[in-house]
Amino acid sequence: MSDPVAITGIGAVTPLGIGARTLHERWAAGESGIVDGAGTCREFRPEEFLSVKEVRRLDRFSQLALVAADEAMAQAGWEGELPYDPYRIGCVIATGIGGLATIEANYDAMRERGPERISPLGIPGFMPNAAAAAVSMKRGLRGQTFAVASACASGAHALGCALRMIQCGDADAVVVGGSEATLTEFSFASFNVMQALSPTGESRPFDARRNGFVMGEGAGVLVLERREAALARGGRILAELAGYGSTADAHHLTAPEPTGRPASRAIELAIADAGASPSEIAYVNAHGTSTQPNDAAETRALKLALGEHAYHVPISSTKSAIGHLLGAAGAVEAVATVEVLRTGVIPPTLGYEVADPELDLDYVPGEARPLRTNGRPPLALSNSFAFGGHNVALVLRGVPT
Amino acid sequence: MATVTTEQVQARVIEALASFGPDESQITPEATFEQLDIDSLDLVELAQIVEDEYGVVLKGEDMKELETVGDAVQLIVSRASA
Repeated sequence: MSDPVAITGIGAVTPLGIGARTLHERWAAGESGIVDGAGTCREFRPEEFLSVKEVRRLDRFSQLALVAADEAMAQAGWEGELPYDPYRIGCVIATGIGGLATIEANYDAMRERGPERISPLGIPGFMPNAAAAAVSMKRGLRGQTFAVASACASGAHALGCALRMIQCGDADAVVVGGSEATLTEFSFASFNVMQALSPTGESRPFDARRNGFVMGEGAGVLVLERREAALARGGRILAELAGYGSTADAHHLTAPEPTGRPASRAIELAIADAGASPSEIAYVNAHGTSTQPNDAAETRALKLALGEHAYHVPISSTKSAIGHLLGAAGAVEAVATVEVLRTGVIPPTLGYEVADPELDLDYVPGEARPLRTNGRPPLALSNSFAFGGHNVALVLRGVPT
Repeated sequence: MATVTTEQVQARVIEALASFGPDESQITPEATFEQLDIDSLDLVELAQIVEDEYGVVLKGEDMKELETVGDAVQLIVSRASA
């Protein structure tokens, strides 16, 4: 067991709107951000939040990250002077792909107008670490700053990395999250030829009729602080990041290992890291992509890791309301999980109506329901699995109200 | 190419720089790029616009010498009428 780390701020820009609270409230109310088969951040107009220079210089994925980071740092009470030595504040912003639209625009410019017409802002715009660099530069964060990439587990890996950075003493705080903005024609076509996307544009995780994921865009950012340091400065703790576990399938480029064993090991590691037992998990924020293989393998992994308790714990998928945010998913879903712990409201798996005989757990159909706490700070599990066979589980702990 | 006037070039340069971020009212011939927070990447973009507009090719070493908006305008005018 390792020391838990405090979460003092959360921020999100998602297809459900601007803000972490908006994400949770609208999802819990049964609203979906998916329109015409895509989870677009339709309420996000960058010029409302960012300077002309920021809008012009940053790819959309960095813009989303910057706005989510501003929200998280404001909630943590970091608006003015930074509460720690800037060299003791890290910044890790994950992405699955990076600035794809900027790559495409510059490639088009080269083809149409020649290699001299590629923008000098091309590379600094599309490099995967551009979002981390933008957040670090805006607030003067001078600790370890970089991106991590593990496709759809990127955001969760970033959180695990930040947790360890604080636990091993390299940082007092880390601004950490994930961001993705890949809703381009090329990207849809690329996922389509893999038959990964839902041809009907419906995200129905765990439902018998699930037929693929719906791609979304957005960002989620959290402020993590060493618990004693957060308390010493009078910071308000929203929840704790208590455990992290990660494994690899070493099985197939895109298909999950069908027994769910490597994924279950990640869950077991995360629960042990939190010093908890499986029966203490009060909520599971599933990876739940709405693809046939993922939702089946994840169900098996949960049964292996949680045993009999798997049948009693409520499991819901944020992707049912916003689609799959790829490299941002793990971070946005951690933000949603913090809100579940903070408010005690578990949003449902939207679109789940027809049970799959082999998927026989409680996927929270229909409506939101209260989180059962048994009088103790509740624990929640958030799963992320990725193309490449990367598995990440995070355990978050609520704080007494 | 028709001859270009200093006024025309200055108006175009100010328009381009304003699209890069600084407030248009701050962009005077005397303003330095440093004051306007215009960096080397912005100047490469400015060079691309100038080439499209006036056929003047500005290289990295040309741009390094420039300190103010007026310097850039003078360089472009002199090259365009050369």
